[in-house]
Amino acid sequence: MDIDLLSNIFFATVRCGTPLLLVALGELVCEKSGVLNLGQEGMMLFGAVIGFIVALSTGNLWLGVLLAMLAGMLLSSLFALVALVFNANQVATGLALTIFGVGLSSFIGAAWVGKPLQGFEPMAIPYLSDIPLIGRMLFAQDILVYLSFALFALVAWTLLKSRVGLIIQAVGENPDAASAMGLPVLRVRTLAVLFGGAMAGLAGAYLSLAYTPMWAENMSAGRGWIALALVVFASWRVWRLLLGAYLFGFASIVYLVAQGIGLAIPSNLLAMLPYVATIVVLVMLSRNALRTRLYAPVSLGQPWQAGH
Amino acid sequence: MLLSLEPRGQQSRPMLWFSPVLAAALTLVSGSLLFLLLGLDPLLTLHTLLIAPVSDLYGVSELLVKTLPILLCALGLAVVYQARIWNIGAEGQLLMGALAGSAVAVNIIDMESRWALVLILLTGVLAGAVWAGLTAWLRTHFNANEILTSIMLNYIALNLLLYFVHGPLKDPAGMNFPESAMFGDASRLPLLMEDGRAHAGVYFALLALVAVWVLLQRSFVGFQVKVLGLDKRAAGFVGFREKRLVWLALLISGGLAGLAGVCEVTGPIGQLVPQVSPGYGYAAITVAFLGRLNPIGILFSSLLMALLYLGGESAQMTLNLPQAITQLFQGMMLFFLLACDVLILYRPRLNVRWARRQAAPITGAV
Repeated sequence: MDIDLLSNIFFATVRCGTPLLLVALGELVCEKSGVLNLGQEGMMLFGAVIGFIVALSTGNLWLGVLLAMLAGMLLSSLFALVALVFNANQVATGLALTIFGVGLSSFIGAAWVGKPLQGFEPMAIPYLSDIPLIGRMLFAQDILVYLSFALFALVAWTLLKSRVGLIIQAVGENPDAASAMGLPVLRVRTLAVLFGGAMAGLAGAYLSLAYTPMWAENMSAGRGWIALALVVFASWRVWRLLLGAYLFGFASIVYLVAQGIGLAIPSNLLAMLPYVATIVVLVMLSRNALRTRLYAPVSLGQPWQAGH
Repeated sequence: MLLSLEPRGQQSRPMLWFSPVLAAALTLVSGSLLFLLLGLDPLLTLHTLLIAPVSDLYGVSELLVKTLPILLCALGLAVVYQARIWNIGAEGQLLMGALAGSAVAVNIIDMESRWALVLILLTGVLAGAVWAGLTAWLRTHFNANEILTSIMLNYIALNLLLYFVHGPLKDPAGMNFPESAMFGDASRLPLLMEDGRAHAGVYFALLALVAVWVLLQRSFVGFQVKVLGLDKRAAGFVGFREKRLVWLALLISGGLAGLAGVCEVTGPIGQLVPQVSPGYGYAAITVAFLGRLNPIGILFSSLLMALLYLGGESAQMTLNLPQAITQLFQGMMLFFLLACDVLILYRPRLNVRWARRQAAPITGAV
C-alpha cells in the first residue's frame, strides 16, 4: 500500500464521516436533554432536497445550506409539538417523522432527480495541505467539512465546559429536579430538538450540495439511523462520537481500499459493510447492560410534564 | 395559553377509535390543501386517488393484491408492538422471504408437483422468521437495541437481494436484466378469479388474521405479550419469561413478513426482481398503529393503505403526480394519529376568561 492510497483513504474517510458527524452531534445534544428523536433520517432527507432545490434555483449554495437547516428545524418542531407538548411516545413520533420526511422529500424532489449541480469544491489550504498523509485529510476538504470541525468544537465545548451544557444534562438526567431548580425543562428540550433538526438538515445539505451534488430519493441511505447507533457507540461522550463518525466513514469507503489492493468483491456486498459494522458495534457496546445504564441520560425517551 | 390540555384521569374509549378516523380525515384535508397549492382541483384529485382505482372489478382485485403484503406485515407488527418490541424490520424480513423463496423456486422450475409451491412458501416464511430471529438474538443475548438492529438488517437484506438478483440468481437467458427466471407454473399461487391478479395468498392473510386475533385476544401467550408491553417489571415479577416472549413475538412477526414476501414473488410478480416491495414493510408500521394493534382494526387500515398505494399509481399515470404521494400520506397519517391520540388521555379546553373557574386543572392519576 503506497502513501498516496493511504492519503486518499484518510481524505475519503473524513469526507464520508462528515454527514454522520453532523447528524450525530445534533442527536447527541438532543439525547443529552433526554429526548430520543428517531426522525434523523427524515429530517436529513428533507434538508437534502430543500438545500438542493434552493441552491439549484437561486445559484446560491449557502442559501441552500441555510434553508436546509431551517427545513430540518421545521420538521423537528413538528416532533417537538407531538412528542413534547402532546406527550406522545417518542419512539413512535420519531418513526412517524422519518416516514413523513422520506415521503415528503421524495414527493418534492421527484422533478429534481438527476439534475446536475455545481456543488461545494474542495478548498486546499496552502502549505498545510501538503503535509504527508494527513494534509489532504484535514486541509484539502470542502468548506462544509471545515464547518463540521468548528461545529464539533462548539458542541464539545458547550457540553463539557459551559453552563448551557450543564443545564442540558441536568434536564436529561433528572427533569423533576431540574424543574424544581427553576430550569425551563420543556424549553430546553425543545431547543435541543430544534438544534438536532438544524444539524440533520445541514448533514442533508452536505450530501446533496457537496458529497454528491445531486438529488436522489433516499440518498441518505440510512445515515440518520447509523448516527443514532453512533451516539450509543460513543456512550454519549462527544470525543468518542468524533472517533465513531470517522470509523463509520471508513467502513463506507472500504470499497476504495478493496479496489486499491485489487480485491474484486461485488459492490452490493461491500455496500452492506456500514450496516454490518453498526450491528457489530452495537453488540460490542450493549453487551454490558450496566455500561449503557451508566452513560445514557437517565430520562432518555421518557415523556415529562410539569407538575407530575 | 388559549387552549389547554386537561387530564381525563382515564383512557377515553371512544377516543381510542375516533382518533384514527380523525387522523385519516385530517390527512385528507391537508392533502386537499396540498393539491390546491399545486394548482389541482382537490375533489378531482381525491377522486383519482381514492375512488377511481377501485371503481371496477379489476381495481378491487388489485386492491386485494396490495392489501395482502401490508396486512400480513402489519399483523406481525401488532404482535411485537403489543410487547413494546420495536421491530422496524418487516421490510427486510419481507425481502428475505422473497429472496429465499425465489432461490428455491429457480432451482425447481421443472418440478410439476404442487409440493413445489408448499416448499417455496415454507422457505419464505422460515427466511423471514430467521431474519427477525437475528434481531431477537441480538436483543436477548447482547442487549442490542432492536430498533437499530432491525433497521440495519433492512439495509443488509436489500443489498443481499440486489446482489443475488444481479449475480447468482440472474436469469442466464434474460438478456442481462437483473431478474431471475420466471418461476414454473407449479410454483405460482393460483389466481382467485379469471381477470385480475388477486391470488390464493388472500386465504393465508385471512388465516393469519384469525390466528393473530386468537393469539392476542384469547390466548395466554397473547396476555403475556401484552403484560410485557405494559410493564416489563410486572411481567418479570409474575414469572413471564421475557426472552422467550421476545423470541416468540419476533419469530411470528418475521414469519408473517416472510410470507408476505414469498407471496409477492410467487403471486403477482412470478420471478425475483430488484423492486419486490415499494416499502410495504414500512407502510405496515403506520397500518399497525392506525389499526390500534388490533387485528380487525388492522384489516381496515391495511385496506386503506393499499388504496393509497393504488391511488399513488393512478395519480402518477393520470395527473403526473409523483408516486411518493403514497409515502407522504402515510407519514402524515401516522403523525396526525399520534397527535390526535393526545385526546385519549387529555381533554382539550378553551381558556376563555369567563370559564376560568371551571377550567381550573383537575389533577388525576394518569
